[in-house]
Amino acid sequence: MTHHLSFRGVTVAAEPGQSVAAALIAAGITDWRTTGKGGRPRGLFCGIGVCFDCLITVDGIPDQRACLVAAADGMRLGDAEPGADVEPGADFEEAGRTGGEDVARA
Amino acid sequence: MSHVHDVAVVGAGPAGLAAAVEAAEAGLGVLLIDTAGQPGGQYWRHYDRIHARPEDRIGHHDWPVFTRLRTRLDELAAEGRIRYLPGHQVWLITRDAEGAFTLRVTAATSTSATAGRRSGDADPTTLAAHALILCAGGYDRQLPVPGWDLPGVLTAGGAQALLKGHRTPAGQRAVVAGTGPFLLPVATGLARAGVRVAAVIEANATVGWLRSPAGAVSAPGKGVEALRYAASMLRHRIPYRTRTVIREVLGDGRVEAVRVARVDGDGRPTGPDEEIAVDLVALGWGFTPSLELPLMLGAETAQDTDGSLVVAVDDSQRSSVDGLYVAGEATGVGGATLAVQEGRLSALAVAADRGHPADPARTRRLRAAVRRARRFAAAMHRTYPLPRAWPDWLTETTLVCRCEEVPYADLRRAHHDLGAEDARTLKMLARPGMGWCQGRVCGLATAGIAAWLGGRETGVDDLRPLATRSLAVPVPLGELAALAEETTPAEALDEGGRNGD
Ligand SMILES: Cc1cc2nc3c(=O)[nH]c(=O)nc-3n(C[C@H](O)[C@H](O)[C@H](O)COP(=O)(O)OP(=O)(O)OC[C@H]3O[C@@H](n4cnc5c(N)ncnc54)[C@H](O)[C@@H]3O)c2cc1C
Ligand code: FES
Repeated sequence: MTHHLSFRGVTVAAEPGQSVAAALIAAGITDWRTTGKGGRPRGLFCGIGVCFDCLITVDGIPDQRACLVAAADGMRLGDAEPGADVEPGADFEEAGRTGGEDVARA
Repeated sequence: MSHVHDVAVVGAGPAGLAAAVEAAEAGLGVLLIDTAGQPGGQYWRHYDRIHARPEDRIGHHDWPVFTRLRTRLDELAAEGRIRYLPGHQVWLITRDAEGAFTLRVTAATSTSATAGRRSGDADPTTLAAHALILCAGGYDRQLPVPGWDLPGVLTAGGAQALLKGHRTPAGQRAVVAGTGPFLLPVATGLARAGVRVAAVIEANATVGWLRSPAGAVSAPGKGVEALRYAASMLRHRIPYRTRTVIREVLGDGRVEAVRVARVDGDGRPTGPDEEIAVDLVALGWGFTPSLELPLMLGAETAQDTDGSLVVAVDDSQRSSVDGLYVAGEATGVGGATLAVQEGRLSALAVAADRGHPADPARTRRLRAAVRRARRFAAAMHRTYPLPRAWPDWLTETTLVCRCEEVPYADLRRAHHDLGAEDARTLKMLARPGMGWCQGRVCGLATAGIAAWLGGRETGVDDLRPLATRSLAVPVPLGELAALAEETTPAEALDEGGRNGD
């Protein structure tokens, strides 16, 4: 049974067991976010959860690694702007003060 | 926090899987934590087991070794002798006064929070163990090149992982570039999946694992493996272009072509540029270990033959920190067979140190195997070094740090105008390695640039500041807050900062 996901109004098919990133790439979509400073397009790079280039919003939860998240039927991808609520380069202390859904990095 | 496990193993790749099974069989209570949803690590990365097809195994080496380990893992887990927690990442490890390790874990993705949880359990966030075997593996080593942040440029391991783990070729026409024997299975794997591989672009001069007799003799099977790849390259008509590098990746919004050129032994271009049209570039300069967890605990490091920072261990895989053992790529990149042997050896050492002595003959055999495999790895590292003059390829606008979008010009300015001599100061002033990936991708390059600008060879002092992170992975703030409730925020920060230094 093929899964159907949506990305920016487009339906993307995924085989059960594929990651979100694999489904997007198989559909010919090679980038799914833009960088904060240069507005550069980004998609998959390391493929194993290390580089964080592939961040995407999954069912409203921002900053998920598309290379790690398994595709599931009905998933909505990429609505919010990933990384928008995180201070670029925030360190442990700064991030510690921002609260909410934020993520701390060191 | 409740139960203190005898030993916690971090990572379920070749090293961690072997360590966990061996430790449980020696009578220890084992906790095994891994980011991935299923065991195998990078080497045995495979399609979701529930949806696997027989042909998914093609191209997998030593698969029976894996299935035997996996069967033992399943059995030992069912008997309650291994608690296996997939889909979870360790983000902080601390030590209490009695010497027990506390591991903070977080779900790897928003959908993996339930993985490995027994019904009724809350998602675990804090776990404890008396001893620790870190088998966190490594990742592709990268050197920046103009245009390498265009979509369609992947790490060589990433292209491989997408194929092996997700049955997805990352493009239609590819070059595989960088250095080392790993470029060959990536190229032939892509070709088998129907990708037209325009060339393998190898910076060094030789395919010769056989050139270094000591190493080749140490691993007799490997010469055969090299020949098999060579045959497969021929069959798929993939040109193998040595002493050649990618000078620039070209494209508007995504990869359209690469410019390649011949280089001398130091990596300085000698020939004219040539353009090759591609939509996929797989880049790999070997692998480098994940060191954040051992560094967090203050383990001593050394520089390996390939220039990477590694954890220093004795002949039983003990680190300089009491109770902390390290196995697999983190003690030096050397492949899956070595990782398995080190994993076993580390488990036997933990067992012995905790009062379950192992058969001495077995330990001796494993040690001899590890020594042999290390010699082979060293020969490989010498055959495929990073070109000494690689920073010469950079232009002012080449991004060194992809996360913070720091161009080479900023690093040069920090050095020339602001006097940043060492990697740590360079990082503070120009901010490479301060983004999401915490310097995993650009760490080696930043260390190399600091050394290059300073006119010295890259050393431990350049590498260590870029490999140290106060958190192993970014974590939701809620989990940090929970940590702060147990300690005081100041302590928590201090802990992270001090250990991470
Ligand atoms: C992307 C990639 C693809 C590769 N493909 C091949 C290949 O096809 N053929 C080949 O010969 N070699 C390949 N290698 C080399 C391979 O890494 C080694 O040969 C071998 O897998 C090393 O075994 P290991 O157990 O040391 O580490 P790994 O196999 O890397 O296993 C480490 C495990 O630890 C987990 N981990 C890391 N940090 C944490 C943490 N903080 N919390 C929880 N878990 C953690 C990782 O998710 C991983 O599952 C690849 C390497 C990479 C990076
Ligand atoms: S591609 Fe690197 S984290 Fe997903």
